[in-house]
Amino acid sequence: MAQKMTAGKRIGMEVSIAVSYAVQLSRAEAIAAYPITPQTHIVEHLSSLVANGELEAEFITVESEHSAMSASIGSAAAGARTYTATSSQGLALMHEILFIASAMRFPIVMTVANRALSGPLSIWNDHGDIMAERDIGWIQIFVENGQEAFDHSIMAFKIAEDHRVLLPMIVNLDGFILSHVVEAHELLDQETVDRFLPPLVPYHRLDPAKPVTMGAFAMPELYTEMKMAHQMALTNSYGPILEVWREWGALTGRHYQPVETYRTEGAKVLLLIMGSLGEVAETAVDELQALGEPVGLVKLRLWRPFPFEELRKAVAGADLVLVCDRALSLGGGANPVLAEVRSALYPLAVRPQVLGYTVGLGGRDVQPADFIKMLRHGQAEAKQGPSQEFFMYGVRG
Amino acid sequence: MSKSWDQWTWQEIEIGGVLTEPGSARAYNTGDWRSSRPMWDKKRCIKCGICWTVCPEAGISEEPDGYFDMNTYCKGCGICVKECVTGCISMVLEGE
Repeated sequence: MAQKMTAGKRIGMEVSIAVSYAVQLSRAEAIAAYPITPQTHIVEHLSSLVANGELEAEFITVESEHSAMSASIGSAAAGARTYTATSSQGLALMHEILFIASAMRFPIVMTVANRALSGPLSIWNDHGDIMAERDIGWIQIFVENGQEAFDHSIMAFKIAEDHRVLLPMIVNLDGFILSHVVEAHELLDQETVDRFLPPLVPYHRLDPAKPVTMGAFAMPELYTEMKMAHQMALTNSYGPILEVWREWGALTGRHYQPVETYRTEGAKVLLLIMGSLGEVAETAVDELQALGEPVGLVKLRLWRPFPFEELRKAVAGADLVLVCDRALSLGGGANPVLAEVRSALYPLAVRPQVLGYTVGLGGRDVQPADFIKMLRHGQAEAKQGPSQEFFMYGVRG
Repeated sequence: MSKSWDQWTWQEIEIGGVLTEPGSARAYNTGDWRSSRPMWDKKRCIKCGICWTVCPEAGISEEPDGYFDMNTYCKGCGICVKECVTGCISMVLEGE
């Protein structure tokens, strides 16, 4: 039981269970979710916590993810701290409602246990599901391990509910690779979380004593202005996100940045990844630096709003950046992360060469040796001028 | 809603597009895209009010003299013309 766990003690548990404890400690008041692999353990455990009276919340069992997101909007509109989680096809089924949740500015928190989209049917990990929802107007971050998943699940509520933000937020964690792995987590006690995360103060809520209209339509004279307001809200959430992360750092000693670097000092070649590949890539960087090669690693944590300035700083001084995407923009010239990185660097007078690699699709394992092979390939391509828009790493044939 | 929609800046829009005051629909004249309008022939009108009853959009108002006329919400659908028992209503093109 999360309440009985003392801070500072590292406890082994499945990452999904740690996430559900984070939601419990955050005192979520409404949870509307439909089970889907590999998200299942999170909501399964939450439903137990609610059923056992350990979490005072309404657990809404719905018939689909479309309904889960719709119910989440309803409970957020009523002023309840709302949580849901999904994956892959479930996220895709939420699609049209996701835009509405953010446009209505409801601070819903959602975990996405990232999984490949069908077809072919695959239950395994990549980022295809979330990249198809890139433009939904939510704050989106990626975590690298269980501790980060726990930490960010609590922080997400504080960020989303900040009246300077008021946006829903997705915490992306790699399906199976994180969701189903047992890791050591340092949990927080209820008192500490209560001090960090005060009760939700709704900005607008459904109240018979003070009726309002929510979700009204917009004529062509207003739609553009409403989209601009949303765009600015998401862009301006950047400052409050950093504030919350700093506060968490002071509280726990665990510090988070929108763009994180690993051994990039003096590095001429950089790998750039998102999510759980970080620790694998660190091993590859260690091996290469042991051979005296100036190779470093950039990890993108904050995906939306995109941290343009921090990314430019992180890659300044490098000659070559290899961007790893775990999703495919079929028929396009650049996959989502590659496109964003190139777009961020294009205005610079001096910029590194940027090559794109698609790796780890549909659960394909990525080992340190793969990063080293990719790097050798990239160095050769960079020298002769890239032969393709991007490369599908490890594809046979 | 003191000023018209095309004057609003993005900074002035309430968070989430929430409308905090009731009655905003009053400012929206839904009939302004009407292509034809109903005309009443008062000589044949018996003031029965069937047109007023069947109008799906409350686009018909009763005048002080007991006769009926369309208001700004009339979209020109013509249901009143079809249902009028004396045949006193006819549609005329806007601009004529």
